[in-house]
Amino acid sequence: MNRILVIAEHDGKKLNPATAKAVSCASAVGGEIDVAVFAANASAMAAAAAKLKGVKRVLKIERAENVHQLAAVLTPQIVKLAAGYTHVLAPSTTFGKDVLPRAAAFLGVQQVSDVMKVIDATTFERPMYAGNAIVTVKVPPSPCIVATVRTASWQACSEDGNAEITAVSTDAVIPSHTRFVELKADVSDRPDLQSAPRVVSGGRGVGSKENFAVIYKFADKLGAAVGASRAAVDAGFVPNDLQVGQTGKIIAPELYVAVGISGAIQHLTGIKDARTIVAINKDPDAPIFQVADIGLVGDLFKILPELEKELDKI
Amino acid sequence: MKILVGIKRVIDFSVRVQVKKDGTGVVSDGVKMGINPFDEIALEEALRIRERGTQAEIVAMSIGPADCQQQLRTALAMGADRALLVQSTDTIQPLMAARIFHELVKRENADLVILGKQAIDDDSNQTGQMLAALWDRPQATFASKVEFKDKTLTVTREVDAGLEVIAVDLPAVLTTDLRLNTPRFVKMPDIMKARSKPLQVLKPEELGVITAPKLEATNYAPPPQRVGGKKVEDVPALIRALKQRGVL
Ligand SMILES: Cc1cc2nc3c(=O)[nH]c(=O)nc-3n(C[C@H](O)[C@H](O)[C@H](O)COP(=O)(O)OP(=O)(O)OC[C@H]3O[C@@H](n4cnc5c(N)ncnc54)[C@H](O)[C@@H]3O)c2cc1C
Repeated sequence: MNRILVIAEHDGKKLNPATAKAVSCASAVGGEIDVAVFAANASAMAAAAAKLKGVKRVLKIERAENVHQLAAVLTPQIVKLAAGYTHVLAPSTTFGKDVLPRAAAFLGVQQVSDVMKVIDATTFERPMYAGNAIVTVKVPPSPCIVATVRTASWQACSEDGNAEITAVSTDAVIPSHTRFVELKADVSDRPDLQSAPRVVSGGRGVGSKENFAVIYKFADKLGAAVGASRAAVDAGFVPNDLQVGQTGKIIAPELYVAVGISGAIQHLTGIKDARTIVAINKDPDAPIFQVADIGLVGDLFKILPELEKELDKI
Repeated sequence: MKILVGIKRVIDFSVRVQVKKDGTGVVSDGVKMGINPFDEIALEEALRIRERGTQAEIVAMSIGPADCQQQLRTALAMGADRALLVQSTDTIQPLMAARIFHELVKRENADLVILGKQAIDDDSNQTGQMLAALWDRPQATFASKVEFKDKTLTVTREVDAGLEVIAVDLPAVLTTDLRLNTPRFVKMPDIMKARSKPLQVLKPEELGVITAPKLEATNYAPPPQRVGGKKVEDVPALIRALKQRGVL
């Protein structure tokens, strides 16, 4: 039988919703699923993980060093814990991407990145070339399979489970060569870009940081999260954590509105799984229109205020 | 100090990659090739560390077929001092690449290795982390800012929550994100000069690397195509279309 270890992602207070998606992928593999929570104080996250449907056991690995989720700190512990598991999974977020390959190399395993689909317990689909090719890969099962889960391809599992929570300790030696300094995070009460059902993104066409107010205003009207193209981030209009695309966030909202974005391949990679794509762009030949379900050609500074007015009428 | 930089030859970022009809791979014949964009940023960062006043020898390293010499020559023209090519026609996956780089890192006695955070062909995002593991040294991945002082790097990392700052002791592995820097353009005289810089070709066997396990690609398929392309006339029509799709 498969025994699957899912590495939980959290910020020290709350479980990240990406964890529930990784558990869905684990369920698709099939077998006994354990979730590992590495933290200084894991109670809240462990309780949340215990509710994830399909999880058998939640392992709490509490240690002062685990207060920050540093790859150098977590991997020796993951490697110890991995013994006896057939699969080790983590979400393909910046957390999972940082931590898991380090563990895979210690284990002598070639990792599978960004699992989109499970064919069977050793065969998976993953994207390559900015999503322009979907590759089926067969993975040697020994000593174990290590994989990150492309969160946009998976629904979160339901939260009606009731797993047992066990405290576990490892005798892993933790190096001191890597130290956390600080996290600069913009606190915003807007919906989270990675999990929001609606997203409005602005591109270079928005023109400036000040002009981005029109994007925020329109997003608030829709109850949407705000995203951006690389060009908008590079130009300093918005912070880096709003970037959508091959090298930013890969998202799958119900509604994606691209405003003043041309639709470069690398941007489209991030939105392929959106249910409905709307494009607003003044250039009728912009490539974004080829993928948009609904396109409107025109000046965003005229269209957005008009749209807001129409939305008020509904 | 010695800085090793990874240079991967990939299909150019501007090419729209097509899957072969028979599902055995992607079309690469006659397709424009280039340096993985993240690796150009890696090399640029090494050059800037030197230009800010740290004595450094910068070695560009690549793994792949003989043609990789083109990308290594470009790296030499950008300013690398010498180049190493581990020549192989095999598909090199990240663990194997990390094992080969680890051998080079030991031979060269490197203080810092800078790699791209991912290669835009296989999009794996693994090699830097794996090299750091094998070398048992720190990793600072997805870097958008690097400060260097007294054998310690302070690195700003682009993470989902914002920007994370960590400090790592050298030797270490750094992987680059796009906003770390903008690589310089190569000038004609530098291309000429690069011709005489040393480029050493090695075989994986010479390095004594143990072959890593591999993923076996059994099929390549194009992604499901979105059928877009519908346009509406004005804002009221847009609202109607959204309602029709059940979005509003
Ligand atoms: C390795 C690599 C990785 C990359 N990763 C990413 C990534 O993750 N995400 C990403 O987004 N990009 C990424 N890029 C960059 C990508 O190739 C494009 O350069 C970028 O997406 C362009 O952003 P943009 O559409 O905002 O800008 P542009 O291409 O400049 O488009 C601006 C658009 O705004 C329109 N416009 C201008 N004014 C108005 C107006 N008043 N009203 C309406 N429309 C207007 C224009 O018609 C134009 O279509 C990557 C590139 C590389 C090489």
